[in-house]
Amino acid sequence: MTAVLTKPRPIRLKGRSYLALTLTPELPLEDWLIRLDELAALSAGFFLRRPVVLDIEGLELDRAELRDLVGKLSGRGVRIMGIEGARASMLGSDLPPAMSGGRSAADVEPPAAEVAPESVVRSEPAPGKPTPSIIVTQPVRSGQSLFFPEGDVTVVGSVASGAEVVAGGSIHVYGTLRGRALAGTMGNASARIFCSRLEAELLAIDGFYKTAEDMEPELRGKAVQIWLEGETFKVGSIA
Amino acid sequence: MGKVIVVTSGKGGVGKTTSSAALGAALAKGGDKVVVVDFDVGLRNLDLVMGAERRVVYDLVNVIQGEAKLTQALIRDKRVETLYLLPASQTRDKDNLTAEGVEKVIGALKSVFDWVICDSPAGIERGATLAMRHADVAIVVTNPEVSSVRDSDRIIGLLDSKTLRAENGEHMEKHLLLTRYDPVRAERGDMLKVDDVLEILSIPLLGIIPESMDVLRASNLGSPVTLADDRSAPSIAYFEAARRLQGENLPIMIPGEKRGFFGKIFGRKAA
Repeated sequence: MTAVLTKPRPIRLKGRSYLALTLTPELPLEDWLIRLDELAALSAGFFLRRPVVLDIEGLELDRAELRDLVGKLSGRGVRIMGIEGARASMLGSDLPPAMSGGRSAADVEPPAAEVAPESVVRSEPAPGKPTPSIIVTQPVRSGQSLFFPEGDVTVVGSVASGAEVVAGGSIHVYGTLRGRALAGTMGNASARIFCSRLEAELLAIDGFYKTAEDMEPELRGKAVQIWLEGETFKVGSIA
Repeated sequence: MGKVIVVTSGKGGVGKTTSSAALGAALAKGGDKVVVVDFDVGLRNLDLVMGAERRVVYDLVNVIQGEAKLTQALIRDKRVETLYLLPASQTRDKDNLTAEGVEKVIGALKSVFDWVICDSPAGIERGATLAMRHADVAIVVTNPEVSSVRDSDRIIGLLDSKTLRAENGEHMEKHLLLTRYDPVRAERGDMLKVDDVLEILSIPLLGIIPESMDVLRASNLGSPVTLADDRSAPSIAYFEAARRLQGENLPIMIPGEKRGFFGKIFGRKAA
């Protein structure tokens, strides 16, 4: 304990993406569950120990119905790790947490090919083929989260207050960076953050972070690059 | 086919309802057939601002639930005969708005009217997302202050992802309407400058409505400001915004900036 107190080490925040199966129930739920059973019957352990995300976007379920559905699924050995498309108010401590920002990957092969397509499992966040970088030509708006664990992100436009860009590699913002930028989140300490104007709420590289309060005020509004040297942030002008 | 406009903002109290009524009346005065639809189920205000609160019999929810015909729920304005109001329900819950119901109503209105103006409730919940769902054009109402600007930014993100147009990969036309602009406070630096707001939101400017007692006075009289006094400063600004909506290219004046700086005034590109 004393060691911790005398030498405080920053807690590192890291993002990591995994491939999860996504189940998209359809109404009426009873019919859908029957089809799920048929699918599961083809391969007994298909859902066992797999992370499964429940996507209920567009379904008009209330809290009790949702809890009931999750219960019925866990009765079938399907463990739900997160729920997508639910209102936050619906998910209490007794339900899996909300997930968002998932991106579709290739469809996961169902246990047998001749299964009806509507009961096929869709998969979400994906490693797929590694793409080194993406370019976004629109501003990243408040509330939006740009998540690209595979590599570099270039934004031609601004990143608004309340928006975030999470990249496995470096982040380039040709505009004002007002929101959060988290670079090198997959454990890349050599990732950097570049922006034409720094107004960021939070910067992070490889899990080390700095909030707006901790940033040197003279850097505000400047064109800068930020990198990590050991465990300290370095900032240089790029103007 | 008419155009469907959603008037939205995220934040409450910035002037969505006032602007919906004022723009609707301004367009109707020019002879266009206009209907203004109140989506704020449970907290309706548009009927008051339009001075029709004592003439509401049926409302949007009645139409969606099949309890009334659309023609029974539409209220024709007494001052401008091409202006109609479709009120919201004050007693029902907004869960009564269904996606299919709203689609049917908007589809029917759009085949009859030149402009269908949807007055969105504040927030980003069901009422707001349904109001924007079928829009062709969005008017984002923003006050020159940070919280309003950030909420508007959030709404623009939703307009680009949750509307039918966005889902079909089409372009969603968005315009910024800057309301409650106070030249004196802007001069003192108490408010965000027009350029700052435009830089943050980066969508074209439809108009700047100056802060004015005329707006409040008109609302309390139950009249859109463009009908109450068409010579007042906010009224002129709304009329010009309406002409820009119709495709006219009018220069935008920043209230309080002196004439003569032609470069500054005419250098600004209108919506």
